[in-house]
Order: sequence, then C-alpha cells, then structure tokens
Amino acid sequence: MKRLSFKDCFHCSLAFGLLFFASSESFADQAEQAPGRTMARQATKTTQIWITTDHSKHEILQQAFTSGPEVTKACLACHSEAAAQFHKTIHWTWLDPNVDPQERIGKAGLSVNNFCISIHGNEPRCTSCHAGYGWADKSFDFADPTKVDCLVCHEQTGTYQKFPAGAGNPVPEPTVFKGNGKEYFPPDWNKVAQSVGRPTRKNCGVCHFLGGGGDAVKHGDLDTSLMKPDKQLDVHMGVDGQNFDCVRCHSTTLHNIAGRTYSTPAAMERKSLVEDDLVSKITCESCHTSRPHKPGEKPNDHTDKVACQSCHIPEFARVNPTKLWWDWSQAGKKKDGKPYAVKGPLGKPVYDSKKGDFLWAKSVKPEYFWYNGSINAITAKDMINPGQTVQINWPVGNQADQNSRIAPFKVHRGKQPYDKINKTLLIARLFGKKGSGAYWGDWDWKTAFTSGMEKAGLNFSGEFDWVETSYVFPITHMVAPKAKSLTCTECHSKTNSRLANLTGFYMPGRDGSKVITFAGWATVFGSLAGVLVHALGRIFTNGRNGRKEK
Amino acid sequence: MGVNNNLKNMYLYTRFERFWHWLQTVLIIILLITGFETNGLYTSWGFENAVAVHNFVGISWLIAFAFFVFWIFTTGEWRQYVPTTKKMLLVVRYYLHGIFRGEPHPVPKRKDAKHNPLQRLTYLSLAAILLPVQMVTGFLYWGYNSWNAWGLSGFSLKAVAMVHLAGAFAILSFVIVHIYMITTGRTLFAHTRAMITGWEEVEDVASVEDWEVKTKAA
Ligand code: HEM
Repeated sequence: MKRLSFKDCFHCSLAFGLLFFASSESFADQAEQAPGRTMARQATKTTQIWITTDHSKHEILQQAFTSGPEVTKACLACHSEAAAQFHKTIHWTWLDPNVDPQERIGKAGLSVNNFCISIHGNEPRCTSCHAGYGWADKSFDFADPTKVDCLVCHEQTGTYQKFPAGAGNPVPEPTVFKGNGKEYFPPDWNKVAQSVGRPTRKNCGVCHFLGGGGDAVKHGDLDTSLMKPDKQLDVHMGVDGQNFDCVRCHSTTLHNIAGRTYSTPAAMERKSLVEDDLVSKITCESCHTSRPHKPGEKPNDHTDKVACQSCHIPEFARVNPTKLWWDWSQAGKKKDGKPYAVKGPLGKPVYDSKKGDFLWAKSVKPEYFWYNGSINAITAKDMINPGQTVQINWPVGNQADQNSRIAPFKVHRGKQPYDKINKTLLIARLFGKKGSGAYWGDWDWKTAFTSGMEKAGLNFSGEFDWVETSYVFPITHMVAPKAKSLTCTECHSKTNSRLANLTGFYMPGRDGSKVITFAGWATVFGSLAGVLVHALGRIFTNGRNGRKEK
Repeated sequence: MGVNNNLKNMYLYTRFERFWHWLQTVLIIILLITGFETNGLYTSWGFENAVAVHNFVGISWLIAFAFFVFWIFTTGEWRQYVPTTKKMLLVVRYYLHGIFRGEPHPVPKRKDAKHNPLQRLTYLSLAAILLPVQMVTGFLYWGYNSWNAWGLSGFSLKAVAMVHLAGAFAILSFVIVHIYMITTGRTLFAHTRAMITGWEEVEDVASVEDWEVKTKAA
C-alpha cells in the first residue's frame, strides 16, 4: 500500500479550499442590488406627459354648466364610447362583473359586510362614493350615459366634492353636512371640467381611502396617509421615492381597472412585463419577476408559497389607526336622552350611539391565510350558523393549490344583527330622518330591519339577535422599505410564529416532533451519563488513565 | 498495570486521514450547532445565519465526502472498516471490566488494523449508515424546492426533516461517546496525539513493520 505523499495531501487541501471558495460565491456580491429591484426600476421611468390635447381649449368645456350630467354630455361628445365602457365596469354597477347579475353578488346586490352592512335603504349616503349622479334609490337609471360622473375620477383641481348624503351629486349651493359639521361647496364646473387628466391618488383616494364612511375604517392598508406618503410608509407611492399614482399598478383597459373583484383574482396569470409587455401591472411579479431576490438567496425559494406582501408589509395602518372591531349590539345608548360619542386614546371614537362599540389599532400585524387571489362571501340570502363566528367572506386557497400563497390580511370582526328564525344576516336601514324608519332617525331596530330587508327584497321574521362576524381584506399596499421586511423568525419560530394558525405542512424552526426531540435528548444525556459513570469507574478503580501513570 | 518497555512509535494515520478527520470534526460540529438552532432548540446566531451556514457547510461536506469515499476505495483503506465479530466480546468485556483493572487492550492498534472490532462496527455504521442518512436527508431538505422537478413530489418534508433531526441527535451522542473514548488510550491524550501527528506509541509491536517504527527521540 502506497503511502500518500505530502504532495498528494497538499493537492487535496487545495481542492477543498477551492471548493469552499466556489460554494461561497452565493455569499458574495452583497453590494449588488437584487435583480427584481433592478428590473422594476428599469421598467418604470419617470412619468411622461402623454396627453395630446389641452382640455381648457375646448369650447364645449367653456359653456355655463349647472350640473354634473351636463358636463358628462360634453365629455361624451368627444369620448363617444366612454360611458358605454364605464357602464360595464364594477365602478358603475357595484355588482360582480363576472357573475350573472341575477345572482345579485356585489354591494348593489345582496353582499353584506360588518361595517354598515348593506347599502339597501341607505343609498343617498353610500352612493356619494358612486361614480355617478343621483343613485338615490332603486329607481336609478343605470342605462343613462349622462349619469356617469367623469369628474370624480378625472378632475385635477382637487376642489370637486360630492355631498356625503347627496346620492353622488355635488351640492347646488353651500351646504353643511350634519354628519361631520363640514361645509360643502358647489364645484366651479368650468374649472374642474377643463382640468381633467389621468386619475391621481386623490381621485381614487376620496372614496377608497375613506371606505366605510371614514378615514382608514375599512382596509387598513388604504387610508389618507397614502395621499402623500413617504417611502417608509409605501416604497411605491412615497413622494420621496417612486411617487406612483394608484393607476401606475392598477393599469386600465377600456375603463376596467386592474384589481380583484370579489371572487375574481386581480390576475389569472402571474406574468412579468418581460414575458408580456401588455400584462396588467397589478401583481408584484409584473415588475419584479417571480425570482426577485439575489441568486441563491432563500426568499427566492419562498415565492411559490409565500406572497411578497407577507414579508414586505410587516404591519399595516402604520400611520392612521384602522378599525378592528365594530359591535352593533351596543348601539342606541343615550345620555340625557341624546345620542353621544366617546373618543378613545387614538383620537378615534370607541363608542357612538348610532353605531355601537369600536376598537381601533395602529401598526397592526396582519393575519395570514392561504390565498389564490379569490375571496368568497356569503350574502344576506345565505343561511348562517349563529352558534359560531360567521365568516362573511374568506380567502380561497389551500396549501395543495399551485396558485395559492400565504398572504396577509386584515380581519375586521364585530357583532351584527341576524334573523333568529330565518337564520340570515339582517340589513338595516340606517340613514334617514325621523319617521323614515331608519335607525338613526327613529332608534328602533325592528323597524330599521323591516325597512332595510324590504328594500333589499328579502324576508324578515321580526325576531333578531346579534352574532359575531369576521370580514377579511387582503393587505397589499404600504409595502415597507426592504430593511423593514420580516426576518425569518417572525414565522420560523416555535413561539409567536406569525403562521402558527396555518397547519398541515412542515415548517423548519416552527415545527418538529416532541417524540424525536425527547428521544434525542434521552440518547444524548444517556450517553453523557454513561461516559461519566465509566470515567468515575476509571478514576476510582485506578484503572487505565484513572490516575497518572508512573 | 503492565509497564511496557517495548513501546514503539508507530505511524498510524496518514496526512490525508488526519486532515479528513479534523475537517470532518469541524464540519460536523458546525452542522450540529447550526442545525439545532434551525430546529429551534436554542437561539444564538440567528435562524437566518444558522440556516445559511448550515446549508453552506452541509453542501461543502457532501462534496468533501466524495473525496473521502474516493480515497478510501483507491487506497484500500475500506478494509479497515470491514466488520468482524472476532474478539468483539473481548473488547466489550474490556471496556466494561478490564479497563478498570488496568488490563491491556485485547486488540491493540496495528497499521493494518487501526480499529478494534467495536470501533469497526461503530465507524462502519457511522460512515456507511448514519452519516450517509444525514447527508441524503440533508440534501433532500436542501433541495426541497426542486422536489417536483426531481420527481419526488410524493415525499414528506416532515418525514425527511425528522429523520434528519433524529440523525443529528444520534451524531451528537456519537460525538460525546467518541470524545470520551479517546481518553482511554495508553495515556489520556495518546489517541488525540496520534490523530494530530499521525504517530502513536503502541504496546504490541509484533506485527509492526520496520518502516513504521520510529525510535523515540530522547
Ligand atoms: C453532521 C451533519 C448534520 C447535522 C448534525 C445536521 C443537523 C440538522 C438539524 C438538527 C436540522 C434541523 C431539522 C429540523 O428541525 O427541521 C437541520 C436542518 C437542515 N439541514 Fe442539516 N445536519 C447535518 C448535515 C446536513 C447536510 C449534509 C445537509 C445538506 C446540505 C443539511 C441540510 C439541512 C437543511 C437544508 C436543513 C433545513 C434548513 C432550513 O430550514 O432551510 N444538513 N440539520
């Protein structure tokens, strides 16, 4: 047998050395930025002026307007197809565009939430956020092109306001809204009409940041803090960063704005601009691709099962507090015979006689669920089980589904009325004067339910009680700077894992086996005890090495 | 205790073997430390670092092990691991009894038989079963994202991870017993010295070839 020479060994060590060096490549190049970032930067140059017309020069927009529909008529004179396009969109119908209208899925139908529950009977208030004029009740003519409100989405003066209880109309003369004590003014029609352009954050925000009737009530990741956010709050929208408008990602074709509608995902395919330059930019992958991190970095291996948002939005509502709990059953208390409200520590009401108890929170950690982009919901027609928390809507997806990822959600919980006999959620008429049957006028639930259910075309048995419900919002805005994204142990941990509720799969660091761990330690400590006893034996018997040799 | 005047220095471990032994020691200890942190048994370096180091060292070890396998077969050293029951009971009896009475080891080290029957069995199960199982499960664990591409979509990550975890405990137990056993040489550090310098003083020189014997420097 030949003895290995020194030279052989030297070569071996050299080989090992090279080997370590080679495999350490993945650790190098820390300074270089992630490809997903480079590509997204590449794809988004500063905004250009694309518009080839100046609306202030059009005579038709210089006439004396007295109402919204008159302006719309003028718009349609050139943009002949705009109203027809818009009539088909969810912004107009408030119905799920991908479901037969007969099914009445959507908020103009029988869909409900656990905020103000439903628009039925409350139209003039709710439809102040309808991109139309005059939806005061069921008689509204959805086929009338002049009823489309072009201005609310396109005007750029920032002065155009719809009255909060005006069924989508601005006021004809200065009027104070009792709900918030603010005075609303009629628009300077010529000015606003001549200012039109692509929608900005403000156009979308006046409705979407104030969903549920107030700032930050609903989504948690959409509120007025996004009007002029800094990069810390939103890397995409930050005025000191990319300064994106909403439509930069919610790209639009024929007035159809990209985004989820009820159970229809925002995108059916996850493609990047590199694969398809006409793809909607609604997914993170559109610009960042599906392997955005540096080669060899672990997060790239997560993109098939974990939504980008899960790690990159560590908390939502980081500036303005959002509502997490709404208990209608506590509504109706009076002080000296009068309704009242109590402000809580965050400057937000914790009680309001009209609405009940609230809880608000800031910088909220999301809850996580498997999600394939689709959210299913029950309607006011569906039977519920009042014995447990009723999920009004829920993310669709599971671990086995290729299109599902673990995604972050805000869950809004609360207590709301249900019909004890019919076992359905109840719609209340809330908004209306004394004598109208509305709860905020007459303070009687039974008449409010009778009126609301009748307007919705549903039965009310006359008996009601309160049931706990939950409502989910996918969290996708307020993407934080990369330094703030989650560290591994936020999830890969035995204690306080953010994913503690998701079971049925193995996650390193979070999961394990009590049996193996116990048996493992037993073996280790058994061995330790064994050698200790043996060593003691050697010492006491003066056995081999039990004492110093002579 | 029989004082042995015929102590001879014998060259037992080649440079490659010693290098391999200590390299593997370092790698396995790092793997144990980082692996247990990955599992969540303790927190110290941080999960992210532990995983990164574990994966890096694990893969490096796999590649290095290939060299070792190549070496062991080309040199014929594999014969050192062929199990035998001959004198096995004697060895067991020695560690349970004789050692306490200062008896000499029943199967002293020889160049062509570095390992006693108990060691052979231990090292064989280590090198042929435990470590490969650890490497295979580790590699599978590491390649989890490619299971579909490898046609392994039916595999259970939990099963792989748990075999890997059980293996880690087994290796830790081995390390403990091993560290203890190396103190049972002629002197406390005789075996350790041998693994560092390659030379060990052995008592039975009957079968030691000439070239292997080096007279003790005064
Ligand atoms: C002495 C050898 C080794 C020991 C003691 C060891 C130990 C461990 C332990 C205790 C875990 C945690 C298991 C769990 O809780 O799920 C682990 C995880 C892991 N091991 Fe090893 N391991 C060894 C070798 C290897 C090798 C050779 C590889 C191959 C590259 C490897 C790859 C992995 C991977 C990928 C994980 C999961 C890390 C993650 O979360 O991504 N291990 N190891």
